[in-house]
Amino acid sequence: MKSYPISIKPFGERAILVEWPNEVKEAILVDILNFMDAFKELKIPGWEMSVAYNSLTMVYNKDHLDFEETKNLLLDCYKNQSKAKTKRTQHLWTLPVCYDLEFGMDIVEVAKTLSLSVEELIEQHTSHQYVVYGIGFLPGFMYLGGLPQSLEIPRRAEPRLRVAKGSVGLAGKQTGIYPQESPGGWNIIGNCPIPLFNPDMKDPCFVKVGDKIQFQKISKAEYELHKIEGEVGIYKPEKTELNA
Amino acid sequence: MLKVLKSGFFVTIQDLGRFGYRDIGVPISGAMDVDSVKKANLLLENNPGDAVMEITMTGPTLQFEDPTYICLTGAHISATLNKVPVENYQAIKVEKGDVLSYGRLTDGFRAYLAVKGGFTTDKVLGSRSQFIPVTEKKRLKDGDEVPYDRALSFKPILTEVKIEEHYHSNELEVFKGPEFSLLTDKQLKEIFTKTFSVSKENNRMAYQVAELLEGHSHSMLTSGTLPGTVQLTPAGRLIILMKDGQTTGGYPRVLQLSEASICTLAQKKSGDKLSFKLL
Repeated sequence: MKSYPISIKPFGERAILVEWPNEVKEAILVDILNFMDAFKELKIPGWEMSVAYNSLTMVYNKDHLDFEETKNLLLDCYKNQSKAKTKRTQHLWTLPVCYDLEFGMDIVEVAKTLSLSVEELIEQHTSHQYVVYGIGFLPGFMYLGGLPQSLEIPRRAEPRLRVAKGSVGLAGKQTGIYPQESPGGWNIIGNCPIPLFNPDMKDPCFVKVGDKIQFQKISKAEYELHKIEGEVGIYKPEKTELNA
Repeated sequence: MLKVLKSGFFVTIQDLGRFGYRDIGVPISGAMDVDSVKKANLLLENNPGDAVMEITMTGPTLQFEDPTYICLTGAHISATLNKVPVENYQAIKVEKGDVLSYGRLTDGFRAYLAVKGGFTTDKVLGSRSQFIPVTEKKRLKDGDEVPYDRALSFKPILTEVKIEEHYHSNELEVFKGPEFSLLTDKQLKEIFTKTFSVSKENNRMAYQVAELLEGHSHSMLTSGTLPGTVQLTPAGRLIILMKDGQTTGGYPRVLQLSEASICTLAQKKSGDKLSFKLL
C-alpha cells in the first residue's frame, strides 16, 4: 500500500490537523480513512475526527492536548496502519431525484449553457457514481467528487436567499444536495425527497465519508411517495456494499 | 417550570455543546461564553455542563413556578427579581411566582441564567443546546415553559463573590491557523497592529470583522473548521467562526482564537473594538 507524505499541525488548543497531498483523489481519501480506523483501534477516549478531501481534523474534547506527544503517536499510527484489523464497510447509495421543472428550476438554463438537452443532462447526472469526500457545511451536506467535466457550470451570479430542502445542485466541479432549506448559489436541477439528516434516527446521517452516491431519476408521483416515507422514517434507501 | 412571559431578542437553552457529530456536519453549539456558564454552575454547585439560559442583548421576563436557587453571570442587563435589582455572581433563592426581568444592557452582550440542577429540557444527540435542525426550535418564544427540578433543601456554600468580568479586554489571543503562512507581510502587519471593530454581521455562527484586509486569490480544498477559527475571504474579510459555526470551510484559516478569547468575543457587540495578539 502506498504511503503519502503527511503533515501534522496544531489547530488551536484542542485540535490537530493532519494533511495529505493537496489533491482530490480517491486513493488519498482511502488512506485517510485507513489511518482514522487505525487510530480508532487505539481506543483513546476524547477524540472526534472529521474528514474533508485531503485532511483530517482531530478534536480533543478532554482537558489538555500535548501536541508533540500526540504528533509522535499519530506518526507511529500512520506507519503501522496496515496492521489495523478493522475492515470498514462502504456503501453505494442510490438516491432518488425528481428532475421536474417544479423542483429543478434552473435545469433548462443549465442544459442550454452546457449545450445539452435536458434529457442528456439528466442521463449524465444519473450515470456517474460520486465519491463522498466529506460531510460538513450543514448537517448532512455531502461534498461529492467525480462530476463529469461536461456538467461543470459556474455558480449563479446571485445566490438565492432560500433554496428548498432536498434541492440537488450543480456548481463548479461539484454536485450535491441541500439537506435543509438554506441560502445558496448552486444551480438547482432537481430535488431528492429523502432526508439526509434526521436527528430522531439512531444514525442521523446514513451516508458516511468514503461512500458513493448515484442518483436515480424518479417521477413526481414516486417523489411524493418517497417524501411521505422519508418523513415518517420508513424509507430505506437502496444500498450496495462496495468492498464486500 | 420557568414560564417565559416575554422572550427578549434571542434567548436559548445552552450547555457545553454537542460532541461527536462533527463528522456529519453538526456544529458543537453550546454556550458562547463558557467561562460565564462555568462560574454560574460553580456557585450553584451544579455540574459544569448543566444547561443554562443564554440571553443576548435584551432580556426576557420570566416567572418561576417552583422554588429554586438562581445565579446570573455574563453580560449585565439590569436584572431585577420582583423589581429588586440583582447582581451577577450571587446565589439567590427564588420562590414560586417570583418574576425575573431585565432592563438596559450596560456591560457585555450575552447574559446567563443558571438554576440549581440546570434546566432539564430534552437532550438531542447528547446535548440540550438549541440549534436547528438538530432541535425543533431555534430559540425560546413567549409562553414557552422550560423545565427544571425544584430545589428546596439547597444551602449554597458561597452566596456571593466579587470578581472582575473576564471579558473587558479588547485583545483577542490567537494561535497561528493552518494557513497562517499564506498571510503577506502587509496583511500580518495590519492584523497585529491595527484596531478592528465588530461588524453588524455577528451571531452564534460567526462574527465578522468590519474592516477589510488586503484581499487574496488563494483557493484551497474544503477542510475542517472549529469555533474560534478565523477565516480570510478573498475580499479580505476576517470571519471568526463561533459555536454554531459550520464544521468545514473553504477559506484560508489564518488564525485560531484561544478558548478564553472565544469567551471574550462572545461578549462583544456590533461596533466594539478588537485587536489580535499572537500567542
